[in-house]
Amino acid sequence: MPDEEVVIVPYQDGPYLIRGPVVLRDQDGGAITVSRRTVALCRCGKSRMRPFCDGTHHVVRFRAASSAESPPGHARASADDGSGPTEE
Amino acid sequence: MTSLQTPGTRRRIALPPVRGPWTEALYNLLAAPAPAPARADAGAGAAQPAVPLGDVEHLPYDDDLQMALYLCYELHYSAIDGVDERMEWSPLVLMFRAVLEEEFERAVRAVVPAPEPTPTSVGAELQRLVREDQGPPLSRRVETQANQEQVREHVIHRSAYQLKEADPHSWAIPRLTGAPKSALVEIQSDEYGGGRPARMHAALFAKTMRGLGLDPTYGAYLDLLPGITLATVNLMSMFGLHRRLRGALAGHLAIFEMTSSVPNRRYGNALRRLGYGPEVTDFYDEHVEADAVHESIAAWDLGDGLARIEPDLAPDVIFGAQALLALEAAWAQHLLDAWDSDHTSLMRPLF
Repeated sequence: MPDEEVVIVPYQDGPYLIRGPVVLRDQDGGAITVSRRTVALCRCGKSRMRPFCDGTHHVVRFRAASSAESPPGHARASADDGSGPTEE
Repeated sequence: MTSLQTPGTRRRIALPPVRGPWTEALYNLLAAPAPAPARADAGAGAAQPAVPLGDVEHLPYDDDLQMALYLCYELHYSAIDGVDERMEWSPLVLMFRAVLEEEFERAVRAVVPAPEPTPTSVGAELQRLVREDQGPPLSRRVETQANQEQVREHVIHRSAYQLKEADPHSWAIPRLTGAPKSALVEIQSDEYGGGRPARMHAALFAKTMRGLGLDPTYGAYLDLLPGITLATVNLMSMFGLHRRLRGALAGHLAIFEMTSSVPNRRYGNALRRLGYGPEVTDFYDEHVEADAVHESIAAWDLGDGLARIEPDLAPDVIFGAQALLALEAAWAQHLLDAWDSDHTSLMRPLF
């Protein structure tokens, strides 16, 4: 399916999940091997196998909404449910 | 040692020795000719031994009852030496199983916390349960202190599930629809190697067992497993085989995946500390990465998604999650208590 779209979903308090024909490269253009169809990328910053998620967000109690955040006073329109960033 | 190459092997187990009245009654049933369909009610009363069931809170630890229930479920997973394969659907065996299941479910419901009012977000509630879980620190203990024998014991306990990893949850696939079904299949596809038999998680576990000098034959160590270990697997088989409990199965899988990555990294570290290489740690290393993907899918697309489609199942999703945490905690405590007192955590020493 060459025209399959790539979808990235930030999960609440968890990683980014990427589905679709995506290529990961480091900043020098080197390939970062992707060995599964659905990939979880670290969103808490504390994974020990970045850029991939390794579940460490549980240990550091990472909190983040799934939808786009809009800082107070920021003009950005969103369908935010009001929960916003809840970092502990 | 039996080879377990990637083409797969025929599953067949042997009945372990009788442990007490429940296994004895089951074996008597299994030895009888398969009943004719129209005779379902004949002799059903004889299926139950006349023994008291004991304290409900003890039932998850009952070595005999849990083995009988485990073997009832094995009829659905495996051939059993000397047992007619039609026994899988013998009404008498199913009626016997139903007695055990009723007691087991009652016992599990007795040990989980009282249900909260139905949460507005099942996914967020699953995350809260994981955040606030105070389970025994088994994976830390194994990572930093376990010796060779304890690591092997740990693997033997887990073989009750890992050699058929993912199978209990697959029962739910035809019982779900839409996004939750798609989520479950996405996870299961990964569990079964994504089209690569050698990457099936059960095959990776067999490789770990071989590397540790253990027999990876399905069921090889069944007789060594105590009731609490069997109960952790019976829980998922019970949830999986009852459509009524599909919500609980979804919650079970969600928590299973959400509490997997970090402990599995520690178990891999334990094996590295003891000098084992990638062949042996592959199973654990794979789970760190795979379950980091699965946990979000299981919590949100499966658990939360199912509760959105069938809101009346929300309490069951949470129940399944709490049940897993409760039984896993009891199992982990059993291992720690045994090791603290220099005893084997198995029914008898491995050697």
